[in-house]
Amino acid sequence: MANATVATAGAPTRPVRYGSISQSRRWALRWSYFFLVLFAIFFLMPPFYMLVTALKSKEEIAAITNPWWVYSPTLSNFIELLTQNQYLIFFRNSALVSICVVVVTMLISVIAAFSLARMKFWGSAALATGVFLTYLIPDTLLFIPLFKMMTFVRETTGIELVNHWWTLIIIYPTLTVPFCTWIMIGYFASIPKELDEAALIDGATWMQTLTKIFIPVALPGIIAATIFCFTVSWAQFLYPLAFTTSTTELVLPVGIVTTLIKGDVFNWGQIMAGALLGAAPPLIIYAFLMDYYIAGLTAGATKG
Amino acid sequence: MADIAASNSTVATRAGRNSLHKLVQRKSTVAFLMALPLILLITILVAYPAGYAVWLSMLNKSMVRFVGFGNFEFLFKRETFWEIVAQSCLFALTAVLFKAMIGFVVAHFVNNIPTKGQRKWRGMLLVPWVIPAAMSTLSWLWLFDPSYSAFNWIFAHIGLPKISWLGEAGWARFSVILVNVWAGAPFFLIMYLAALKSVPEQLYEAASIDGATWWQRIWYVTLPMMRNIIAITILFSTIVTFANFDIVRVLTAGGPLTATHVFATWAFKVGIESGDIPLGATVSLFMVPILAVAATFILRDISKRGSEV
Repeated sequence: MANATVATAGAPTRPVRYGSISQSRRWALRWSYFFLVLFAIFFLMPPFYMLVTALKSKEEIAAITNPWWVYSPTLSNFIELLTQNQYLIFFRNSALVSICVVVVTMLISVIAAFSLARMKFWGSAALATGVFLTYLIPDTLLFIPLFKMMTFVRETTGIELVNHWWTLIIIYPTLTVPFCTWIMIGYFASIPKELDEAALIDGATWMQTLTKIFIPVALPGIIAATIFCFTVSWAQFLYPLAFTTSTTELVLPVGIVTTLIKGDVFNWGQIMAGALLGAAPPLIIYAFLMDYYIAGLTAGATKG
Repeated sequence: MADIAASNSTVATRAGRNSLHKLVQRKSTVAFLMALPLILLITILVAYPAGYAVWLSMLNKSMVRFVGFGNFEFLFKRETFWEIVAQSCLFALTAVLFKAMIGFVVAHFVNNIPTKGQRKWRGMLLVPWVIPAAMSTLSWLWLFDPSYSAFNWIFAHIGLPKISWLGEAGWARFSVILVNVWAGAPFFLIMYLAALKSVPEQLYEAASIDGATWWQRIWYVTLPMMRNIIAITILFSTIVTFANFDIVRVLTAGGPLTATHVFATWAFKVGIESGDIPLGATVSLFMVPILAVAATFILRDISKRGSEV
């Protein structure tokens, strides 16, 4: 009897509470969308503005109309840029540097990560930590000593390293290898030991274990590392700014910033078109391989 | 006798070759050889230059005379240097704080909406992180243009005064921080979103059964569960933001005067543009203390996690 009264006493409040929960959920959802739209506007505004300006003619930019809209879109900026030899050279330099860096980095880091994750040798644990620490040393600390080392190389061997785009292929791996090795160690460590033990029992060499078992199984990780590596080398700004100056040796980011901005005359339509084309390769990769991209991004810290 | 000696020596060489062969075949040797390119790269191109920077910082401008801490003394006496220390700290701390907060808030909004739509929103919100910083900063430079600023155009329409975004010290400082937050917040968003997904749903259910408000749920469930990832993301970001170069360089190049210079841009200006390599190295070395602090924290975290496993 006492139970029944408690139940009836509690009963009226129950449906009301359920209602309020679902209602508050609905409101939470609405507010979430509202704020997401606001933040999306904030985050996408500069790229949008880039596109709008890139489609404007010089005259339309100079006539102060609504800067957020293009009234007579034209592709002239893009055409001018792509028929210009200079911009194509920047693009070629960037592409060559990035592709070479990706190949070099993946060769070094996949093999090293395999040895650090599975084979172990004296000091391998310390080395793994060291790799991670290297990742924390920023380029802004290294560019001055590296610059000095390059002049030293010229003085002793006569090989000129400064002002050549291919120097960047030697320098960029300092940025990419530590991180790629680090995330590959994480991926390789998550592969069950039984797999490589089985391969070894079947008489596979270490190299075969790596190429036949580890690389196929850890392929998502390798793709993530490759994407990371490409984006970093494509976007790197400080080293090429410090080490290259001639217009034939510049890579894209530096090329756009230093050559398209001439004194006080800013040809903004072309600058924006150039920046948009320069941002295109990472954006395209991102559009198609978003999940790998995000996996690589989160792997660094969550596995660390 | 000679025969025996000869056969002995062949035996010896065979044994030697065998042991060499065995050494090469040994697992640890193979492993070491496989890691050798990595070791060489790190020693020659990272560890050596890092140490070399310290040596460089103790030379005079023409790099022929050892001056000990002369460069440091010189810097400590200059007012510009202290301005740059203050600006670097202001820049990094404010930017990281706002990145972390925006990332946290937006991650919650994305997590709130139905799973189906999350991918799309996440994809859109990560775009600033994907565009190379030098390129996206160019579009900000154009947004902040003194005569054509698109923000000022909006301000003029709603009756607000024109702002000289990059011309005044205060606004220029605000602008570089704003661009940095814009470019870096998506990283926090992604990390926090991944962390939010890993918080077990039962904890929230238990909390709401206990009558927890949304604030209590965040404070007592979400934050403690995400503590590690928040700490590590903030440490990473602090390192990267302290060492930031691209955004400040493209947006203001340190100007007006030296108002927005941070360590990296000033080191570049002094070391490469003005040709005083030792002084530039000295300036860049001031990024080391913050690096060291962050590294110790991260290392402690790694070793802790290592012992858990």
